[in-house]
Amino acid sequence: MIAEYSLPAQVDVLIVGGGATGAGILRDLSRRGLHCLLVDKGDLGTGTSGRYHGLLHSGARYVAKDPLAARECIVENRVVRRIAPACVEDTGGLFVATPDDPDDYVTEFPDRCAAAGIPCEEVSVADVFRREPALNRSIRRAFRVPDASLEPWQLIEANLRDAENRDSRALPYRQVVEIERNGAFISSVSVADVRSGTIDRIAPRFVVSAAGAWAGRIAALAGVRLDMAPGKGTMLVYNQRMTDTVVNRCHVPGDGDIMVPVHTVAILGTTEISVPDPDIYDIERHEVAQLVAEGEKLFPDLRNLRILRAYAGVRPLYSEEPSGSDGREISRAHVVLDHERRDGVTNFVSIVGGKLTTYRLMAQQTSDLVCQKIGVDAPSTTAAEVLPGQGSERAYYWLGDRLSQHEATGGGDAALICECEFVTRPALDRFLAENWPCSLDDVRRGTRLGMGPCQGAFCTFRAAGIVAEAIARRSLPAAEVGFVEPPPPAEPPPPAEPLGAIVGRDEPTRGDDAELAERAMVAFLRERYKGTRPVAWGRQLQELWVATGIYWGTLGVDAFEGGADNGQGTAEASPRRVGGARAAR
Amino acid sequence: MTIAEVVGAASAEAIGLSADACLKCNVCNTVCPVARVTDLFPGPKYVGPQAQRFRLGALLSPGTGEDSVVESPDKTVDYCSGCGVCSTACPAGVKIAEMNNRARGANRSGHVPRLRDWLLGQTDLTGWAGVLTAPIANWSLHNRLFRWLIDRFIGIDRRAPLPAFKAPPFRWRLGKRHRSAQLAGAPPPERAVVYFHGCAANYYEPHVAAAALEVLERNGYEVIVPPQVCCGLPLISNGLYGAARGRARRNLEVLARYARAGYRIVGTSTSCTHTLKSEYREMLDLDDADARAVADATWDICEFLLDLHDGDNLDTAFGTVAATLPYHAPCQLRSHGIGLPALDLFALVPGLEAIDTDHDCCGIAGTYGLKKEKYDIAMAVGEPLFRKIRSMGATEAACDSETCRWQIAAATGARLRHPVEILADAYRAADVAGPKSPARTEPAARSSPTAPAGG
Ligand SMILES: Cc1cc2nc3c(=O)[nH]c(=O)nc-3n(C[C@H](O)[C@H](O)[C@H](O)COP(=O)(O)OP(=O)(O)OC[C@H]3O[C@@H](n4cnc5c(N)ncnc54)[C@H](O)[C@@H]3O)c2cc1C
Ligand code: SF4
Ligand code: SF4
Ligand code: SF4
Repeated sequence: MIAEYSLPAQVDVLIVGGGATGAGILRDLSRRGLHCLLVDKGDLGTGTSGRYHGLLHSGARYVAKDPLAARECIVENRVVRRIAPACVEDTGGLFVATPDDPDDYVTEFPDRCAAAGIPCEEVSVADVFRREPALNRSIRRAFRVPDASLEPWQLIEANLRDAENRDSRALPYRQVVEIERNGAFISSVSVADVRSGTIDRIAPRFVVSAAGAWAGRIAALAGVRLDMAPGKGTMLVYNQRMTDTVVNRCHVPGDGDIMVPVHTVAILGTTEISVPDPDIYDIERHEVAQLVAEGEKLFPDLRNLRILRAYAGVRPLYSEEPSGSDGREISRAHVVLDHERRDGVTNFVSIVGGKLTTYRLMAQQTSDLVCQKIGVDAPSTTAAEVLPGQGSERAYYWLGDRLSQHEATGGGDAALICECEFVTRPALDRFLAENWPCSLDDVRRGTRLGMGPCQGAFCTFRAAGIVAEAIARRSLPAAEVGFVEPPPPAEPPPPAEPLGAIVGRDEPTRGDDAELAERAMVAFLRERYKGTRPVAWGRQLQELWVATGIYWGTLGVDAFEGGADNGQGTAEASPRRVGGARAAR
Repeated sequence: MTIAEVVGAASAEAIGLSADACLKCNVCNTVCPVARVTDLFPGPKYVGPQAQRFRLGALLSPGTGEDSVVESPDKTVDYCSGCGVCSTACPAGVKIAEMNNRARGANRSGHVPRLRDWLLGQTDLTGWAGVLTAPIANWSLHNRLFRWLIDRFIGIDRRAPLPAFKAPPFRWRLGKRHRSAQLAGAPPPERAVVYFHGCAANYYEPHVAAAALEVLERNGYEVIVPPQVCCGLPLISNGLYGAARGRARRNLEVLARYARAGYRIVGTSTSCTHTLKSEYREMLDLDDADARAVADATWDICEFLLDLHDGDNLDTAFGTVAATLPYHAPCQLRSHGIGLPALDLFALVPGLEAIDTDHDCCGIAGTYGLKKEKYDIAMAVGEPLFRKIRSMGATEAACDSETCRWQIAAATGARLRHPVEILADAYRAADVAGPKSPARTEPAARSSPTAPAGG
């Protein structure tokens, strides 16, 4: 049985935010001997880091606009490849000049890359078309750069594991709801367990906010003004990789001009729209249209390709004009804010802006400042040491990895739970054992369950069944496995009511298993449907009907709690029969 | 740009991208003859649209570039026989069999081909070697030691049906027929057709070619037999795309000349005609004007004869062939999407009762069933068909595809014939019975080679 973890009253550093940046800071500080705790209001990696485009930048995208950021990217690109090879697919990147891209930008591009230290080689378009036959044939020139594709959840997980090996902890579903100050000093921080509603108060020596787009809110809790300008970016997930190389337009960065192959899919992005609240945004029709229209300049056949879903992330953009004295300007890409110098709060630092590519550098610079303030001399070792779980061969991930592993252990479809992404029964069992209690959406982030073309149509009932079975056999304690991500709470006040209880019931009562499984199923389906909605046409719409037929037609999900509506408008709960029911006698 | 303008519901043309259309309905898995009999093969859905998403360079045509990056991690796709049943059954139009074929090719590209796969691909070479040394070659094929050796060292199952060479090859028996690569001197297209005989009719079954000539000429067509090489299908199914492309180009160069001039190209091998119709374009990416002209001009012989009949141009003065004849429609024929024209033609022959065996695949699928590791699978796939034919007590059966004929013959002991041979018999039966009232005349027993004793 999984023990309830109670928060330690005392830690050296409390890190708010379990995205790549927070995870990197937890790792960096714990390696310097500090005892740290990281909390995130959702599952780890559910903020922007889990909703980004997936590109390990070479920096070439920024050579014209922001050469400093470009330089940081290429340095960190090399570091990440070295310390986290299993999270990187070495796709390489292309910058291609379509007829829509101005000549002068293209002409200056290689020199600008050279100036930023980015290897950039012009390649013949004939070669490019041979390798990437789906590309627009009127592309005139092409340059190869060391872009790559980077898996965020594994990267975060590896950073956390490294820290946990050094006695630091990271806890999901714990939200910072109150920060108490004693003059210039943060004396305590209240952390709510969003699943049970219980609140713990801890007294860290130091607080680091790595809350990304939410950093303004954390600062506000501490009584500090920090203006963020969250920028929403929308992306489209294509069912298949029409390219195995990251493809960028060679022009001043704009909307819909990058295609990134990520695992089995290819992701087209992004848009950029400023949003007032990082928790509340919709994907709009015109964004989807604009993305496809722009994307077709790279891949003309795009509108005939199947889009699985659309999703959006929120950029943690920092809007204040940084000046030399308050706020330490490192580059325009990210800023470490020393709230002592800036606002007179002695034990508080925020890190804002940046990119996932430079997460480690951001973490190092933040940790350097923290250590300097706490009086720790140990240097950062995160660039030199390989992360845990990178395999003995330190090989890059490649697309065929999962299938070849499955084939190596016998293959076949008998043990497949998620057929689209080749998630096997042992993989699911392992994840549940290590992460219970968790929602099926957590399972998805950990295993890619439900992320393929059927978007959960065929794996949801299987996974839910396995969870129910495990509870019935008591190999897992009965617990709420529904969609536990809380609705966006107002901050403050703290949540008074449990936001969807995790009930650590030791003795499962009869029916618990089935009921929990049903709830998990409905919750997961709704979440999957949500992302499909903006792109529900053609094949994907047909697939939705297949799923609707399975769950609302055959399995009668409308009778389950919360199941009357599939969020899609394709489910019809118990239609009224006109003309009298044909009652069976 | 509005959403309405960018919503595309069509699926992409490319074989690889057709995986987009898969809705996971499982229909393909329920029809696959191989998955039905072995757990070594996880089924079309798994190796097709599912595995496709895990293939690097999925869009590339294997073997097109020296630095081909195509890589497919699943080895089980090798157990797909390529019968094509799944592609015809898929309600969403996923090109599953084609995808599998490419994945198999990808697994082999960049590697030195296995001697066996290379050998099985070289039907021209083995054909010539065989007919030139026919007595020795044929003796070896039935020699237990020789078969044991090739089983052991090459990997062709010692029990597999290997046909006997017939010397001289069909092309040497052409007489005065036009056989130039040039149009000059050829009879006009209204009165003539081009015949593509393929390897089987040339080296192993010249009687099938002879029957085709007889039937076509009976219907007033002069038959042109221009120079040709193997269509390349054995190379394609053994993953040797480069060599296949070479064969295809040589054939296209000659055939396109005729196709453009309005000639129809008729073949007796369903697999050859299917290759000309679609594989050159789909599998080998030779989608140019020549390939399209040839594809449009190509007809399977039964399809062609039935078309004549539809236009009232078929000589239907068939004599009686009193027989009950099991007929197996090969999977290759189903891929043509032309129905089962042989059965329609058989219905025109008095006395002939053709029975559709209604089984999807005999198992051989070209060269698949010859391979040592697949022989048992192939036999299991065809078993219900063999049982049906055996239980009918038939001594003769008909099938359009040569390799299927050899497989069924070996498994059942029946004599296997091409439908056009049966039609030739029927015409001959009419001749013997006299020109008066051909349809009603009872033939003399010996006039019909197909008539079983007492028939
Ligand atoms: C559309 C888009 C595309 C992008 N593409 C790329 C790319 O291709 N390459 C690249 O390098 N970068 C890219 N970026 C940038 C990159 O994603 C971000 O810079 C990076 O992920 C930020 O990570 P983070 O850890 O700072 O923030 P986050 O990942 O957002 O982490 C902050 C965390 O804080 C938590 N939190 C908030 N409030 C509280 C609270 N009260 N209590 C506890 N926890 C709280 C949140 O739940 C969240 O998990 C992209 C960004 C966007 C928006
Ligand atoms: S029959 Fe077609 S749609 Fe159905 S599972 Fe097979 S490939 Fe997919
Ligand atoms: S081609 Fe034939 S053997 Fe191969 S998957 Fe399709 S049905 Fe099965
Ligand atoms: S498919 Fe056609 S030409 Fe070709 S080997 Fe068979 S018979 Fe040769």
